[in-house]
Amino acid sequence: MKILVCITHVPDTTSKINFTENNTKFDTSGVQFIIGPYDDYALARAVELKESLSATLTVLNVGLVETEPTLRKALAIGADDAIRVNAEPVDSFFIATQIAEHAKGAGYDLILMGRESIDYNSGVVHSLVGAMLNMPSVSPVMKLDIEGGTAKVTIEIEGGKEYVEVKLPFVAGCQEPIAEWKIPNMRGIMSARTKPLKVIEPKAVDSGVKLHKFELPPPKGAVKMISADNVAELVNLLKNEAKVI
Amino acid sequence: MPILVFVEGAEGKIKKTSLEAVAYAHAMGGPVTAIALGDVDKNELEALGKFGAQKVLHASDQRLNEGVIQVYASVLQKALSDEGADILILANSSLGTPVAANVAARIGASLATNVVELPSTSGGFVVKRSIYTGKAFSLVTLSNTKKVITIRKNAAELKEVGGNVQVTAYAASISDADFTTKILSSEKSTGEILLPEANIVVSGGRGMKGPEHWKMLEDLAKVLHAATGCSKPVSDMGWRPHHEHVGQTGVKVAPQLYVAIGISGAIQHLAGVNSSKYIVVINKDPEAPFFKAADYGIVGDAFEIIPKLTEAIKAAK
Repeated sequence: MKILVCITHVPDTTSKINFTENNTKFDTSGVQFIIGPYDDYALARAVELKESLSATLTVLNVGLVETEPTLRKALAIGADDAIRVNAEPVDSFFIATQIAEHAKGAGYDLILMGRESIDYNSGVVHSLVGAMLNMPSVSPVMKLDIEGGTAKVTIEIEGGKEYVEVKLPFVAGCQEPIAEWKIPNMRGIMSARTKPLKVIEPKAVDSGVKLHKFELPPPKGAVKMISADNVAELVNLLKNEAKVI
Repeated sequence: MPILVFVEGAEGKIKKTSLEAVAYAHAMGGPVTAIALGDVDKNELEALGKFGAQKVLHASDQRLNEGVIQVYASVLQKALSDEGADILILANSSLGTPVAANVAARIGASLATNVVELPSTSGGFVVKRSIYTGKAFSLVTLSNTKKVITIRKNAAELKEVGGNVQVTAYAASISDADFTTKILSSEKSTGEILLPEANIVVSGGRGMKGPEHWKMLEDLAKVLHAATGCSKPVSDMGWRPHHEHVGQTGVKVAPQLYVAIGISGAIQHLAGVNSSKYIVVINKDPEAPFFKAADYGIVGDAFEIIPKLTEAIKAAK
């Protein structure tokens, strides 16, 4: 059994978002980077499956050299080896192509990742990888159990859940509560230093999507405070000023 | 060149965001062909003409009542080629987004999801996407002739531009090989306004003190025709189901009005709501960070304010 977990290297969820170079580059100054929170769920479930199914677990990131500490953290959490595709992760199609290129013929039974990255929020890399490898893909997965060559997964849909059966191999985009996030222990951190981390060069691909520029939302005006004794005033403002009710 | 729009049904009705997708394609300059798969009410389909569809295709094969991604992708891929359309528009959803990705991968289209407004075409085909969980936008050029776009709620204004249209039956060729996933069962709340579809959302946080107090929040939601949401701790504690969790790791909403009650406003929660047009915050703590992100605020006891607010809205209608 071989499992691949794809992770993103993204700004901490509390980061202030700013751009530089005429709004064409993300401003990394003072920003802490983490494993994408959804990817962290995928990784946590993969570590559990690795133990229960005696699987091998490879973790992959498409990114430049500064993402290696994030990969090391994934190794500390429990992955056996890591792969970094040496390229800036510019677009979903580009990233999916790199993942599919690596996975092609590598014999993975399961490819897990987060439902979406929290930087570009496309939420399509798992679907694209599935399409490129001709495997089914499911997302967002809240529960994943494997028995033999079949998995039972719970998928969140608008207003509820779907219980789905899918045969291995497949691709899944994960979210809570699939597993509890795992915090690396000292032994994990020590062993992560010597686990293999392979760097591979990207496949050239034209994704058909090019960044023009970034934009920040306009600043919010000051809040209007209304007395708790005067809810009628709030209703009046919502009706006549905001015109939303 | 026609634009194909996939319209999604829910309980026989067409989802509001799908209507907006039709309006979006119409505003792009159409002509618009809409396609629905599985059971959808005929009147609803005919009414798509009002929002700009010139042609409505309906594939009513019963096997399409299960939303299997690969099956839908194959049908839409074929429909694009039958209609001679280069552009496919869909609503962002648990079904629409993966279907969009599968179609795009197969036909070699430029793919953009989470699109928030109409494209600008003065210098290339540029769409605006919501990124960093609502904290920023990216403007991206879609350079391939074929394009697949999924839109967020409120990306296009819904206005009537025409009358009803005839619905054409569409014979979808469905291959058993595409049923790569099997839906065993599903659980779905019925008759409720779905969070991503709602114009108004009323959300409760830890300040509601327990699931037994949700009734008053639901009463308020009812008079506002709103969906109910909650903060992460509330869903983590099991007071409310996970699909109601609004925030960075839950549902991202973009309603006209978001009412937050007893939610302090952690940055992760704000990330899920900052695309809302207006935000009302009700909290007993005047220092709650959520007030900084709000348009209107009331400091006070939620249990006193909610019933009063419900009555005041009833009176104003």
